[in-house]
Amino acid sequence: MLLIEDLQVNIGGRAILKHIDLEIKPGETHVLFGPNGSGKTSLIMAIMGYPQYEVVAGRIVFKGVDITHSPINERAKMGIGMSYQRPPTVHGVKTRQMVHICAGGRPDVDPEELASRLNFASFLDRDINAGFSGGEIKRSELLQLLAQRPDLVLFDEPESGVDLENIALVGEAIAVLLEKEREPGNARAMSQVKRERSKMGLIITHTGFILDYVPADKGYVLYDGVLSCSGNPAEILNWISECGYEECAKCAMKTS
Amino acid sequence: MRDEDELRERARKATGKKAALGPDIDLGEYETAPVPHQYLADQELCMVPQAERQRLEMAGVDVTQQTRGGTYFQKDTTVVHCGVKQEGIEVLPIRVALERDEWIRDYYWKLVAVDADKYTAAAELQLHDGYVIRSLPGASSMYPIQACLYLDKDGLQQNVHNIIVAEEDSELHIITGCTTAPGLKRGVHVGISEFFVKRNARLSFTMIHNWAEGVLVRPRSVAQVEEGGLFVNNYICMKPVRSLQMYPTTHLVGEDSVARFYTIVVGSPGSAHDLGGRIYLKGPGSRGEIVSRVISNGGNVIARGHLIGEVAGIRAHLECRGLILNGGVIHAIPELEGRAVGVEMSHEAAVGKIAQEEINYLMSRGLSEDEATSAIVRGFLSVDIEGLPPQLKLEIDRAIEASDKEMM
Repeated sequence: MLLIEDLQVNIGGRAILKHIDLEIKPGETHVLFGPNGSGKTSLIMAIMGYPQYEVVAGRIVFKGVDITHSPINERAKMGIGMSYQRPPTVHGVKTRQMVHICAGGRPDVDPEELASRLNFASFLDRDINAGFSGGEIKRSELLQLLAQRPDLVLFDEPESGVDLENIALVGEAIAVLLEKEREPGNARAMSQVKRERSKMGLIITHTGFILDYVPADKGYVLYDGVLSCSGNPAEILNWISECGYEECAKCAMKTS
Repeated sequence: MRDEDELRERARKATGKKAALGPDIDLGEYETAPVPHQYLADQELCMVPQAERQRLEMAGVDVTQQTRGGTYFQKDTTVVHCGVKQEGIEVLPIRVALERDEWIRDYYWKLVAVDADKYTAAAELQLHDGYVIRSLPGASSMYPIQACLYLDKDGLQQNVHNIIVAEEDSELHIITGCTTAPGLKRGVHVGISEFFVKRNARLSFTMIHNWAEGVLVRPRSVAQVEEGGLFVNNYICMKPVRSLQMYPTTHLVGEDSVARFYTIVVGSPGSAHDLGGRIYLKGPGSRGEIVSRVISNGGNVIARGHLIGEVAGIRAHLECRGLILNGGVIHAIPELEGRAVGVEMSHEAAVGKIAQEEINYLMSRGLSEDEATSAIVRGFLSVDIEGLPPQLKLEIDRAIEASDKEMM
């Protein structure tokens, strides 16, 4: 379980996240909406543990452990993973090597097999992220996460820049990561499948396209650093597309 | 004979001539008298003492010769092993060639000027030995040929002259390891190398330097590449050296000839490197590339590069990247010199630090900060070198791996 209580985060002395409360239970996937610059990426970077996102109050608890001040790699080892929107290029470090790093020595991870699932095998011997297009970055990130198998996956706009040809691949990979893949003909009852799910997800999305592949349990709007609304993700998306984020401003004022 | 007399005369006049670059060495402080060593047969080569074997392996020398097509091994002033297993490839000591083969005179001091400085002069006047490696027309070396220049005697000035000829349509791969006996305190290595890449020949030359803290090194090398020829020159120096100065030069004289220089250097405390590559692009359609990766761990590294485009239609690129990890100086000096309308040359140079963003990225995949740093440094040093046989790629990776363990 991920539990965030009254989280306040500054960057360079400026408050960017204000009194955030959030709880993701095992098996749940939540979606984060919000206009550009509202603090969505900051929230998942703070959960991942990036030191420039300075936690000035509140706490982050993962699997019952207070990780508010844990270094990034400890959080990764505990099972938190992240799909970046703009990851850095690391010259001389190959995609294949990244898959091995993510696998953390698990012998059952086969880079070729995972990459072919994402139509990405030809990138294994390229420097990670070097000259990758937006869509290629997304597939590369998912490839790494498939090897890492985190229990909580933070996605920063996983569908942006992905072409039509690959959107289904990306959607399915995310569903696999979150144990939400559809299994028609499966003997087990849907309720049982749901009960056995343990993977958690937090997805930033602008378009909501990803919801076609990954059903989400809960949605939020982050507006100016405040979680202004939560509820059914499809309903929120509808609201936003009809009224824009201006409506959220009203709610944000009310809550803060 | 008149040629030889003239060379001697020119050398004599240059004995006091300081080099254009690098600190001056007082050669009078070093001995040049021959140092005899026993010749080693193939089996004896495998049985060199463990400490020495380790030094050799670090410099890319395979004493078992299983992955090598031939071996030249010179200890101090003496050839201790010389043999070749591969048809179409010749390996012989240069003194033998100079005495026996008329053709060597077509190459000897034809590219490097004998009176360039006091070091070239010393190599003419007090030549100890050196190797001649030649691939005959159409021949191709399945396995690389290895050469090792070894400093064993303390206080010696080793003078070496090498000639490498890749005849038309041949393919030749050479790995040269230069190293010292364990515990050697001081010494000088002077190495002249002249490379001739004939029509459509492919030559790769990988040099691993593994000197010691008190050693001074002055290589002088020039290559000439004819029509359609390819010359790949790799240089790796991850270990301390008191002072190393070299500026290997290649003349691309033939149409569509290609030269690529890759340099990987780690500057340790107390070490001073002044190195670079220079390519003259003279043949129509010729192409050149100089890539260097420099890390300073407290040493002083000057990384030069000079491209000279002399005819239209040539293309060349110079890339020089430096990382200052634990102090020291990296001075990148890239130079582009266009001498004709229609040349295309470019360079990029960067000296900096490891980006925190990259460390964080790797940490979010589960690596510790130290592991992440080490992966980034290794990546920084590993350049993709086209046209290099796997055995040589392996040696380069090994050298990087070994120094990485010491750096971190």
